[in-house]
Amino acid sequence: MGMRKVAVIGAGMTKFVRRAQETAKELTWQATRMALDSCTLTMDDIEAVCLGTAPDAFDGIHMNGEYLSDGAGAWRKPYMRSYVGGGTGVFVPIQGWYHIASGLFDVVLVVAEEKMSSYYPHAQAAFMTIFDHTTERPLKPNLLWIFALEMNRYMTTYGISKRDIARVSVLHKRNAANHPCALLGEPEITVEDVLNSEVLAYPVQRYDVSPVSDGAVAIVLAAEHVAKRITDKPVWIEGVGWNLESSYWTNRDLAYPRYVEGAARMAYDMAGIKEPRKEINIVEPYDPFDYKALHHLEGLQLAERGKAVQLYIDGTASRDGDMPVCPSGGLLGVGNPIAAAGLMKIAELFWQLRGEAGARQVPGNPRRGLAQAWGDLMQVGTVVIMGR
Amino acid sequence: MSDRVAIIGVGWVGYRPVTPELSYRELIYQAAVRAYSDAGVDPRRDIESFVTVAEDFHEGTSIFDEYTPDQLGAALKPVQTITGDGLHGLATAYMLVRTGQFELVALEGHSKASNILSLPEITAYAQDPVINRPLRLNSQFIAGLEMNRYLYETDTTLEQCAEVVVKNRRNALNNPSAPYGADLTVREVLNSPPLSWPLGKYQASEHADGAIVMVIASEARARSLSNKPVWILGAGWCNDSPSLESRTWGQLPYIQQAARLAYRQAGIGDPLSTVDFAEIDDTYAYKELQSLEALGLCRYGEAGELTENGYTSPQGELPVNVSGGSLGCGHLLDATGLARALEVVLQLRGEAGARQITEVEIGLAQSWRNVPSTSGAVVVMSN
Repeated sequence: MGMRKVAVIGAGMTKFVRRAQETAKELTWQATRMALDSCTLTMDDIEAVCLGTAPDAFDGIHMNGEYLSDGAGAWRKPYMRSYVGGGTGVFVPIQGWYHIASGLFDVVLVVAEEKMSSYYPHAQAAFMTIFDHTTERPLKPNLLWIFALEMNRYMTTYGISKRDIARVSVLHKRNAANHPCALLGEPEITVEDVLNSEVLAYPVQRYDVSPVSDGAVAIVLAAEHVAKRITDKPVWIEGVGWNLESSYWTNRDLAYPRYVEGAARMAYDMAGIKEPRKEINIVEPYDPFDYKALHHLEGLQLAERGKAVQLYIDGTASRDGDMPVCPSGGLLGVGNPIAAAGLMKIAELFWQLRGEAGARQVPGNPRRGLAQAWGDLMQVGTVVIMGR
Repeated sequence: MSDRVAIIGVGWVGYRPVTPELSYRELIYQAAVRAYSDAGVDPRRDIESFVTVAEDFHEGTSIFDEYTPDQLGAALKPVQTITGDGLHGLATAYMLVRTGQFELVALEGHSKASNILSLPEITAYAQDPVINRPLRLNSQFIAGLEMNRYLYETDTTLEQCAEVVVKNRRNALNNPSAPYGADLTVREVLNSPPLSWPLGKYQASEHADGAIVMVIASEARARSLSNKPVWILGAGWCNDSPSLESRTWGQLPYIQQAARLAYRQAGIGDPLSTVDFAEIDDTYAYKELQSLEALGLCRYGEAGELTENGYTSPQGELPVNVSGGSLGCGHLLDATGLARALEVVLQLRGEAGARQITEVEIGLAQSWRNVPSTSGAVVVMSN
C-alpha cells in the first residue's frame, strides 16, 4: 500500500518575548487558537493532539505535558507529548505526521511551547541538569562552554574566521526585522557589531547566540482527502527524518554533525530527493548559534564540509539569493523558545510556500523547503521537507 | 500504510523493590539483549526506529532522551522519547509501523524508583503550580478523594476494594517476577494504616525497579521472524481535564474514550463477550474497579460485586491482573503499562507458567499515568 499523504493546512504563533506575562498554558492556547482560525476549524474538528516542549525543569512542573494538555486543546482527546531535546520543535510535526500516516487519524493539531522565563533568574541553570550525573555534572559544565568547544573545533578544523561566521548572525537578525513576532530583529546590524559584542565563552560572543525566550507555535495537519476539502493551498510533508547519536558526546568529533546527515538522508530518501542542493528552494537550519547554521547546512548536504559560509559570502543565503537560508530570521533573530523555535521554522515554510510571508516573502514561487532542528548533547537531528 | 502489526520479542528485568547493583542503563541493556534475542534480531542491523518512555523528574535528568540510545543499540538511529506510559509508547510504535516506513521498531520503558529519594514531593510537583500547589496536597490525598467519590457514586464497599488487593497479591505468588506476592485476608487489608481515608496502605501499590523492551514488527517481518507473533488489534489513548476542579471524579471518561478508539480499530462491538482477560491499572485497588467499568468490561458500579464473586479471579470468567498487577508486581512508574502489556503477550503466547490461563485469544492492557493526571491508554492484542 502507498503511504498516506499528510499536509499542513494551518499555522499560528505568538510573539516571541523575553518574559511573557501569560502562563505556559495561555501561550499554548493562543497559538492553538490562531492555527485553528487560520484554517477555519474548531477543536471539534481535531481528532488528536501532539505537544512538544523541552525539559520540565523550565516550568518546574513534573509531567508538564499533562499540565499543558488543556491549553493545547487536548480535553477528552488522544494526546501525546514527544521530546528529543532541542530537536523537539521539528520532531513534533513528525509525530503529527505519523499519527495521520498510520491511518488512525485524519486531522491532528501540533503544538510547541516553551516558557523559559519561569526559571529564575536565568534558564541557563536548568541546563546544568542535562549532563551525566556521574562523569560530567561534577565539572559544573555550562551550555555556552560546550558550544564554545564545538565552535572552536569547527573553526579550527576548516580554518573559518569569526568575521565570516558573524555574517550568519547579521543576515538572520536583519531577516527577522521583517517578522512581526521577532524578539531581536535588527535591520542595521553589522559584522562589526557582532565582533564587538561581549565575549561569553570564547569564541562565543553575545551576538553569536540566540536569546532565551517565551513563546508558542501551533500547526494543523490533515490527511489528503481532508486537506483538499479545506484549502486549495495545502503544503505537503514530503519527507521526515530524525537521528540520535550516542550520549557520549565527549567521544565524537565535533567538527561535523553525523546525526544531522543521518536525519537528512532519511528525509531525502522519503521525499525522493537525489540532489538536495538543486531540489531544496528554502532552508531553515537550526541556528541557536551562528556557527550552528553553517554546521547544519553541511550536515544537510547543502554545502561541502567547511564551505557553508560561502553561501553567506556569495549571497546564495540571502532572501533573494539562490537558496535563502532562514528567511524567517531564525532563532538568532526571531528568538529561541526551544521547542516553539523549531516549529516556528515549519510555520515559516508553510507561509513561504503558500506565498503568505508578507515582507519576508522569498521571490520566485519557491516549491520546496526544508526545516531542521538539533538538540540534546550535540546529539540529535530532526528534519522535515515540505512542498507545494 | 500497512495494517497488521505484531509484537515479536519481549525482554524484561525485575521487578525488584531495590536494585543497588545495577544502574538504569544496565537494567535497560539486559532487557534489550533478551528482547532482541527473543525476536531473533540484531538492533544495529535490523531495528529501524526506537521509542522510549520517560519523565525527566523521575530520572533526575533534564532532556532525559539524551541517555536512551547506547544501551539499546540505538546510537545514530531514529530514536524518540514519549513522556507517557509504556502503552503510549506501544501505540507510538504501532503507528510508526502502520505508516509503512518502518518494519521493525523497538520500545523501551523502565523504572529505577529505588533511586528516587523524594518521590512524594516529585509527584506533588505535577499539580497546578498556581491553584493547587499552595495547598500542599499530597498525591495520595487526591487518590483518597477520588476513591471516596467513586464509593459514594456506586455504592461499592471498602471490602470489595480490599478484595482486589487480596486477589492481585495472591496472583503475584504465581509470578516469579513479582516481588509483592502475599496471602492476605480482607480484614488484614482493611486494618492496614490509613493513607488518606478511605484509602489504606495496602490498597496502594508499592514501587519497584525494572526494565522492559519489546520488538514490534510489520506483518511481513513478523511472519518471517516469529512463529508466535502477538498481534496488536487496536490502540487508544486519551486525556480528560488536567485540572482537579473541572474533571469527572467518579468515572473515567478518558479510559472510556481510549477504549472506544482501540475497540473501533479492533472491530470489537461488544468487549464484554470478546475480551478473554485483562491486565489493567491497579495503582490503587479502587482504580481496578473504576477501570473495569470504563473499559466496558462490566456495567457502571458493578465491578466491586463481580470482584467479590470471583468473576475477575484467574478461574473466573474474566481474569484480571493474573500477573499480580501493580499491587503484586510493584508500580514501575512510566513502565507500568508496559508490564501489563508484557503479561498479555506472555499469556497469549502460552508462556505464563504457573499462572497460564487456558484458551485465551484476546487480551487487553490498560494504563493510567497516576495522580494527578487524567491520562490513560488501552491496547488490545490477540495471538
